[in-house]
Formats: sequence, C-alpha cells, structure tokens
Amino acid sequence: MNKPFKFEIDGIEIEAQRGQSIMQAADEAGVYIPRLCDTEGLEPQGSCRVCVVKQNGRAVSACTQPAIEGAKVENETEEILGYRRDLVRMLYHEGNHLCPICEASGRCELQAMGYRLGITQATKYPYLQPARPVDASHPDIVLDTNRCILCGRCIRASRDIDKKHVFEYVGRGINKRVGVNGNKLAETDVKLNDRAIDLATCPVGCIIQKGRGFFAPIGERQFDKKPITLGVGPGKNRGKS
Amino acid sequence: MKKRIATVSLAGCFGCHMSLLDIDERLLELLQQVEFDRSPLNDLKRFTRRCDIGLVEGGCCNEENVHTLQEFRRNCDVLIAVGQCAVMGGLPVMRNAIMHSDDPLRECLETAYLDSDKVYNPSNQIPNDAALPLLLDKVYTLADVVKVDYQIPGCPPSGDTLWNTLEALLAGKPVELAYEQLRYD
Repeated sequence: MNKPFKFEIDGIEIEAQRGQSIMQAADEAGVYIPRLCDTEGLEPQGSCRVCVVKQNGRAVSACTQPAIEGAKVENETEEILGYRRDLVRMLYHEGNHLCPICEASGRCELQAMGYRLGITQATKYPYLQPARPVDASHPDIVLDTNRCILCGRCIRASRDIDKKHVFEYVGRGINKRVGVNGNKLAETDVKLNDRAIDLATCPVGCIIQKGRGFFAPIGERQFDKKPITLGVGPGKNRGKS
Repeated sequence: MKKRIATVSLAGCFGCHMSLLDIDERLLELLQQVEFDRSPLNDLKRFTRRCDIGLVEGGCCNEENVHTLQEFRRNCDVLIAVGQCAVMGGLPVMRNAIMHSDDPLRECLETAYLDSDKVYNPSNQIPNDAALPLLLDKVYTLADVVKVDYQIPGCPPSGDTLWNTLEALLAGKPVELAYEQLRYD
C-alpha cells in the first residue's frame, strides 16, 4: 500500500509517496511548480491558484491535489502559463503594487512571478486601487494591506507555528482582507521574531519590519539576477542576506 | 522611408527619456532608422505629420495630460506606455490612496501648500492660476484613458530594455528581453 509510485510532469517521470501532493512530489524531484500562497513549513491551502496544473486534463492546484499513479500532469504548457499570467495580473490589479516605492521590491515573490512569467503586455483589467488605512501602530511592524494578495501565509504561520492567531481573514468575496486580532497591530501579542513576521512569510510588502527598509542594494536583491524557482524561492532563507 | 517616432512625458519625471538617451551611441543607429517628430528631445511642440510610434512616459494627473495623450493616440499608429507611471500610475498614483480621506486631492494640496511645517508659502494659498491645467480627481494610467498597444515596465526601463523593444518593433519581430531587462522598479 505504501509503495512509491510514478507519474509524469510535462513528460518527466516523477516518483511520489502515497498521500503526497503533486507539488510535494515535484519539489522532491527538483521540478519547480510556481506558487505564491504555498511555502515550506505551512499547510497548503490552494488559494492563489498560481500553481495550477492539468492532471489528466483537469485543472487543479498542485499544492493541494494528491498525486495519482500514472497521471499525466501539464505544468509549463502555453495554456497553463496563460492562466498563471492572468492570475498574477489580476493580483497586480487588485492591490496597490507600486514596485518603485515598495520596500519589498527585489525580494517580492509576486514581482518575481511577474518577471518569471514575462508579464509586459498592456493590460485589460482596471486597477482597483484600494485605500485601506496602513497600520503602523506596532513599534517594530507595519501592516499595509493594500499590498496584500490574500495568500494567508501570515495567518497560517501565526496560527500553526506561533500559536497566536494574530491574523485572520475578514469579509467575503471582493471585500475579503486580512485583519488582526484586535483594533490594531499594537494591541495584539505579535512580536518581531514571530514566524508570521519573518521576511520569508509575507511574499509581498504587506508586512514590513520597521527600520529595515531597502536593506539590500539594487542589483544584489534576491530576484535581481535569478528568477524565482526551487531553492531561490519561498522558505529558502529568503531575504536573510 | 524612415519610421517617425514621437515622445512625451506626462505625469512623469523624464527619467524614461533619460533612459532613452542611455542607449548611448546606439542613438546614431536609431536615427538611421527613425526620425523624431514631436518630442522634448528636439523641442518640437506639435505633430508635423502622422507618426508610426508614440512613446508616452507618465500617467495622467491633469487635464492637459489627457488632451496630450488623446492627441498622441490620434496621431500614432502604435502607442507605447513607457515606465511604471504610464503603466500603472507610478509615484503620482500614491495620491489616490491617501488614507482616511474623503477628498484625497484636497488633502494632498493642503499638505503640499498649507499644512506641512516644511512649507514656506506667505500668501497661504493653493496655486489656482487660470493658466495652470486643472488637476484630475485622481491619477489615471494611460490604459484608463486611451487604448495602449504595448507597455514597457520599469522605473525607468533600462536603455537596453528600450533599445531591444524598439529594435524588435522596427524589425517587426516579437521582443525578447533577458531576465535582467524586465524590471518593475
């Protein structure tokens, strides 16, 4: 029953254990499937859909879909890349992702995904330009949810690793956003060294550590030279340079 | 026949134009293939005839920007948004999201001309001369106002990025940018 089995990603044979997701098996085999909401050490939740692949012809999120023996998975086909470009574009349009003024620029996974997918074309969506208040009440941390992509990584890190439940989703549909457990961040028990505040947790510039802005010079930032991929991406000592 | 190029900076900082000059000696090569029409580089203020390519830097923050942009769309076959301000509003678009404000434009002007302790403004007035173009309620991207054919992101796009894009466009080929040449900042 627990025997390893094989399936294919873009024609490459991948070995998987029972119960592994497509992404876990792909990561172990060194095949990169792009992702934003999934990161090492956190429960996958399949919300950003950037890891969309086709398993036996059906579009699924690779981080939550269990691998199936003998399945044919499409990862880097033009169709899938098109879906991913549209998803990343929509994230850019939902929030205020002004790279020139953002502290996370150069180490931002959303930006790196835009680079990896080669997003340059003129857009067909309107910019929503949210104007939610910035929460700078905490002495060490700033929360600018206008840059949030609702990946939920801070929520899962705070709940499962820090055991503090500082962050949670608030609202539904287009009004969904990340809220904190209190009127403002200073009223919560969040600390700078929490996993939820770690630079590797927030993929964008929504959770900012005060006093550390622009710590890496242009040209030496994480994604300046190398595209986001396995080992350059989430959870791999990101931003610790 | 040489292709005609027009350029303009709307709500921008001219950084993208400086970047165009950054193609250095390739400017001579470019001038073999193109002729500049309306552009701050040659100080032509009006279109002399229809152009093949229009490069627009900066978004729209006042009514004059909108008129200029519409004129570019009318006179250019291919309109290119150059730089983050033209693509998504850039730095000026920050005024759209001034927090807690029902009237972000007013708050922006009051802070800039009246309230800030860094301001020296003895008349204590917000500039309102009739010769000044009226500010829009918010800053708009080019695509909000007219149809944009291509965009070159970057703040500013590097000289190499601009050169490769223009070269590909003039040759009628799809543009291929190296990883380091695609930047949003």
